[in-house]
Amino acid sequence: MTAHSRHSVLVRVTHWITTLCFFALLVTGLEIVISHPRFYWGETGNDLTKPLFRLPIPASRNLVPTGYGYVLPDQNGWSRYLHFQAAWIVVLTGLLYAIWGLFAGHFRKNLLPNKADLSWRALVKSIFSHLRFRRPSEEEAWSYNVLQRLSYLFVIFVLFPFVIWTGLAMSPAFVSAFPASVNVLGGQQSARTLHFFVTIALVLFLLVHIVMIFLAGFWRRMRAMVTGRADTRMERT
Amino acid sequence: MSEHSPNEHSVSDHSLGEHSRRKLSRRKLITTGLAATAGVAGLGVAARIAQKYGLIPPDHGGIYGLGETLTYASQRLLTRHSLAREFSHSQISKPPFPNEMAPLNDAYKRLQAGGFADWRLVVDGMVARPASFSLDQIKSYPSRSQITMIQCEEGWSYIAEWHGVPLSRVLETVEVLPQARYVVYYSIEPDWWESIDMADAMHPQTFLTYGMNGDDLPVGNGGPLRLRVARQLGYKSVKFITRLTVTDDLKKFGKGLGSAAPEGGYAWYAGI
Repeated sequence: MTAHSRHSVLVRVTHWITTLCFFALLVTGLEIVISHPRFYWGETGNDLTKPLFRLPIPASRNLVPTGYGYVLPDQNGWSRYLHFQAAWIVVLTGLLYAIWGLFAGHFRKNLLPNKADLSWRALVKSIFSHLRFRRPSEEEAWSYNVLQRLSYLFVIFVLFPFVIWTGLAMSPAFVSAFPASVNVLGGQQSARTLHFFVTIALVLFLLVHIVMIFLAGFWRRMRAMVTGRADTRMERT
Repeated sequence: MSEHSPNEHSVSDHSLGEHSRRKLSRRKLITTGLAATAGVAGLGVAARIAQKYGLIPPDHGGIYGLGETLTYASQRLLTRHSLAREFSHSQISKPPFPNEMAPLNDAYKRLQAGGFADWRLVVDGMVARPASFSLDQIKSYPSRSQITMIQCEEGWSYIAEWHGVPLSRVLETVEVLPQARYVVYYSIEPDWWESIDMADAMHPQTFLTYGMNGDDLPVGNGGPLRLRVARQLGYKSVKFITRLTVTDDLKKFGKGLGSAAPEGGYAWYAGI
């Protein structure tokens, strides 16, 4: 008997495309930010404006005052090209995943928590078992626990849409067609600042995600997400 | 009835013989093949249509061509006639922000010493009546104003009131030929040139700008003449404009990538 898939092919393929694109977006996003590591609230902001906050890093352009005596190499050209290319790929991948997830019942079956798991007592229990870094049992490895389900749903349906929205709200052409997309965020610089905050939230999720994979058994989880197999008997032989 | 169907399914699954399983995989193979063929044909058709409607940017080649083309094509479809957001007088940035600039060349300094009286804007290429305009001639057209934001690709921005004449007004005067597709524009500074498609060139907010916030356009902001492209990032709003060339083919200019920006590694289209 062959073991049945822990993760479907579509989940595995879209997961790794998303992973690749996320790293491309993160690295190029950082490169773009260091050309002006200051953040503002409202419509406009520049060197003559008081920033909301600034990152304590040197910049890649000599115009912006950072307190550092040197300027980093400027990487904005290819970073912007790659940032938008990776954005297109991940958005199209995300659309495919979302449409499939709705029709195949993936969200309903695998990600929506059971009513029983949403009680305060069940949630607190799950939180405490996570805080004790308890390794999941074998049956648990076949399905997501309630905290996993809630955090994945939050990333998929809140953080991802918001990072796309705040990104588009910085585009002068996009907002000419859809001005409300930036107006409700408080302005173009607010959109940029929020885009940065959502990125921080996504990076925090990624860190916790990686720690959890190590706690649950790195190779077993990697195999499940690469090949789809989660046959625990393999482990013992 | 529907409650029982999963059970029935599993029974019939078990009863599937080797023969029907092979048939299933053959069916899968045929549908996959058909889908792939349709996909490739669809992409070909899409590329032809995109070419016909001017949705392919001049820097579509290379590893970032896919993203650049998707961005330009989708934004061109979405924003052909949309207007950049305009702001109120109270939202004008004080003080306005002049970007850093290398010292200007001798040609500029000579014209500046003469109060820009001899500044010329040459308009040539695919036009019925090529012409050369002085600043006074440009200012003799009805003046228009817009309070719009200029955003730098670095991340900073400011809002100013820009005074000038819509580029479309000047293009009407010289009579653009019907086959024209792009307007190439040059700064007096060497190697500083950009181009826009006709949708942006004829756009009511694309200005030949000679004033800012009720005054002459300061040198730091591109005076005496700057082409303002309101729906694209600041680097498309080239400063110190001296020449416009109307064309149907950007391959003839520079390295054929459309403008100086892609030659320096930046996207030709800067609506995002």
